[in-house]
Amino acid sequence: MYDVLIIGAGVVGGSIFRELTKYNLKVSVLEKENDVSMGTTKANSAIIHAGFDPDPESVVAKYNVRGNEMYEGLCKELDVPFKRNGAMVVAFSEENMTTLETLYKKGVKMGVKGLRLLSKEETLKKEPNLNDTVVGALYAPTSGIVCPFQYTIALFENAVSNGGELYLDSDVVSIEKNDGIFFVKTKDGKEFKARYVVNAAGVYADEIHNMIAKEKFSIRPRTGEYIVFDKSQGRLFNSTIFPCPSKMGKGILVSPTVHGNLFIGPNAVDIDDKENKSTNQLGLDEIKKAANITTSKINYRESIRNFAGLRAISSTGDFIIEENDDVKGFIDVAGIKSPGLTCAPAIAEDVVRILKEAGLYLERKTNFISKRKQVRFMKLNVDERNELIKENPQYGNIVCRCEGITEGEIVDAINRSFGQISIDGVKRRCRPGMGRCQGGFCLPKVLGIIAREKNISKEDVNLDKKDSFVLLEKTK
Amino acid sequence: MEKLSYDLIVIGAGPAGLAAAAEAYSCGVKNILVLERDCEPGGILNQCIHSGFGLHTFKEELTGPEYSARFIDLVKQCGIEVKLRTMVLSVDENKTVCAVNSTDGFMEISAKAIILSTGCRERTRGAINIPGDRPSGIFTAGTAQRFVNIEGYMPGKKVLILGSGDVGLIMARRLTLEGAEVKAVVELMPYSNGLTRNIVQCLEDYDIPLYLSHTVVDVVGDKRLEKVVIAKVDEDKRPIKGTEIEFDVDTLILSVGLIPENDVALSSGIQKDYRTNGLVVSESMQTNVPGIFACGNVVHVHDLVDFAVEEAKKAGRAVYKFLSGKLNNKNFIQIKNGNGVSYTVPQKVELEAVDDNLNIFLRVNNVYKNKFLVARSNGETLGKFKKVHLVPAEMQRVLLNKKQLENASGEIEISLEDE
Repeated sequence: MYDVLIIGAGVVGGSIFRELTKYNLKVSVLEKENDVSMGTTKANSAIIHAGFDPDPESVVAKYNVRGNEMYEGLCKELDVPFKRNGAMVVAFSEENMTTLETLYKKGVKMGVKGLRLLSKEETLKKEPNLNDTVVGALYAPTSGIVCPFQYTIALFENAVSNGGELYLDSDVVSIEKNDGIFFVKTKDGKEFKARYVVNAAGVYADEIHNMIAKEKFSIRPRTGEYIVFDKSQGRLFNSTIFPCPSKMGKGILVSPTVHGNLFIGPNAVDIDDKENKSTNQLGLDEIKKAANITTSKINYRESIRNFAGLRAISSTGDFIIEENDDVKGFIDVAGIKSPGLTCAPAIAEDVVRILKEAGLYLERKTNFISKRKQVRFMKLNVDERNELIKENPQYGNIVCRCEGITEGEIVDAINRSFGQISIDGVKRRCRPGMGRCQGGFCLPKVLGIIAREKNISKEDVNLDKKDSFVLLEKTK
Repeated sequence: MEKLSYDLIVIGAGPAGLAAAAEAYSCGVKNILVLERDCEPGGILNQCIHSGFGLHTFKEELTGPEYSARFIDLVKQCGIEVKLRTMVLSVDENKTVCAVNSTDGFMEISAKAIILSTGCRERTRGAINIPGDRPSGIFTAGTAQRFVNIEGYMPGKKVLILGSGDVGLIMARRLTLEGAEVKAVVELMPYSNGLTRNIVQCLEDYDIPLYLSHTVVDVVGDKRLEKVVIAKVDEDKRPIKGTEIEFDVDTLILSVGLIPENDVALSSGIQKDYRTNGLVVSESMQTNVPGIFACGNVVHVHDLVDFAVEEAKKAGRAVYKFLSGKLNNKNFIQIKNGNGVSYTVPQKVELEAVDDNLNIFLRVNNVYKNKFLVARSNGETLGKFKKVHLVPAEMQRVLLNKKQLENASGEIEISLEDE
């Protein structure tokens, strides 16, 4: 019997999971995929938003500024990269400037620190690669960039090392409550018992909710496409550039990533298929066209990948974070659209409060390990590198030359994974294959290392999801 | 940390690097170190197990590994030091090379001269922005070739190949011989980008259809690739609606171009040529940084290894000249591509440094018949060469002797002209 069972291993589930492992509780997470961070968390803009954008009356607004403030400390504890690079909402007309003034006032009211309206000259001085048709900007210095999957994986690694339990390939098919206890069944026939259930199932949160709640809601996926560029383009901008916002979202951004690449996107198209993460030519053309309004400096020959991600848009249009009125002990954390990544740590704090108010007894652990470490060879100085290689020669073998990732780091990622691991799982943990050759050289090597470390045949190594095999059979 | 120093460091032990090292040695440069990231020397030829290499250099048909072996043996005979499994992280203008491996750790090595022979890499799905799902089963041709020829695994059974570059064509044949069904090769351009002999020997001999002026417009598959959709393209290379053809395949192989692997070079401020995506070099294969030379595919992508080796030998000899103070590094005149020519290598020449002939490699920008390649300088025709058939896939050569070069003043332009 678990005290709390969380459904969904994205950034929201992970944040709540880690927060709960600070207490003497039996906590577990059920995830339908073969790894954590496989849904919306893996494919989004990776921005830690400053918080001037949400409607002050919304649930979203409750968490944005607080979440933003928490990131720096969390990323330090968990040893994942984070950079407060600042954001700019740019105006290309006087009308836009009026919108920015409204945004500015709203932001100040909500407690966003350091907001400033910039003149054309100030804007171009900060970001000289903007098109010079820009007339001004709203500057938000607290906006940041993070690696959402490294962050989320780190949350899970840390929570698991603090006694939390994680079950992958566990697709929830039914939830019942009898005598104050939840019975949660998975597709593969497992049954879990828990006193409290937290629904953090992303685009599937409606299906989970509707398994047990009387009052139904729905989640509709809104897809967004992105193009990522080589690090050669990463220096074009210091801050994240937003166009003036519209009712479909924050518009198409141009932003550096925390790893030094550049990306453009996302567009916003409401779809029905919750598994459809495909890109299409029209969408890619649309984001290019929009990015061209912001800057004409991007060299499109330097693109290295395109992808799409789904935001979970609830039928209320807002975050749904509450204990269910009819089913006590069932807590929804649903409709977590943008800025969900930013809000996640603040949501986690609040969910703990909700659980407490719902009767969960909380007693702080005395032996909670808050820190997690990850070796990043290229970030070390010469002496540190040599010491490491002396200890373990695998750190002297660079497997991914684009990103400078050593065999030692890849083995670390495999050893820290939650049972099984795919090639993309390794990539999300320590980045081999993220660079300009996109795994052209390191894919066979990473595949071989996984097979060796996991003692499985090469045909059984997956690219990403279950059954996404890379090799068919041995040659004759 | 131990400070190592050499007269010459060669980065990359493919055929170009090995040939350059051996040639420098035979000229008299003795203190040489070759650095190679792989576990054995030979470069990409180690996985090119088909024959057809060496017709120019050795006047016989060798397989890739056999061809490499000739140079591996040569380097061994010279007693040149080769460090394997060693990754070069950076090269600076003072010719300090930072490298790392498991046994020596992190090294800073200084050199009097450096030859960059780091080869090239393949363009990927992301570089050409193919839309669709992101399942497994999509490989660059070289990666697929490595799986089949080095690791001994089949990447798939039902295959579509995008791009008719040589590696793609070779893989069409290779996978067919290994029992896969290669459904088609699809090429964006109205002509193939591979050597004619490869079209004949790899596609026609096996009845594999070639779709010219087509491209991939969608990729479908949640886990493993299930389907690829292609469409005809218009003159602007945009897909034409209604011309889609679907292929049920589990594997898509991309042979969509090679890009010189010049990231290490660019870290040292070496000038890049945006036409070749490679490095700018002189007649001596010297970059804009004196003492740093380059040869092979890092300069421009070759279709024949023989030509890469020819360049490499030139670089090896030039290192000897440089170390003996015989390269002035001044009075460079530019070589420009004129009408119909997409690039030239070298991009500049120091006339005093030309030994017998100035060899200019170039590619044309389309398919042409019965034209002249003309070298001009300041209105003066230096040389004129009749060409019956020209295609972008086949590199051309213009050779100007010392006498012809006497008339050169100011830049030299190579262009394609009618009678």
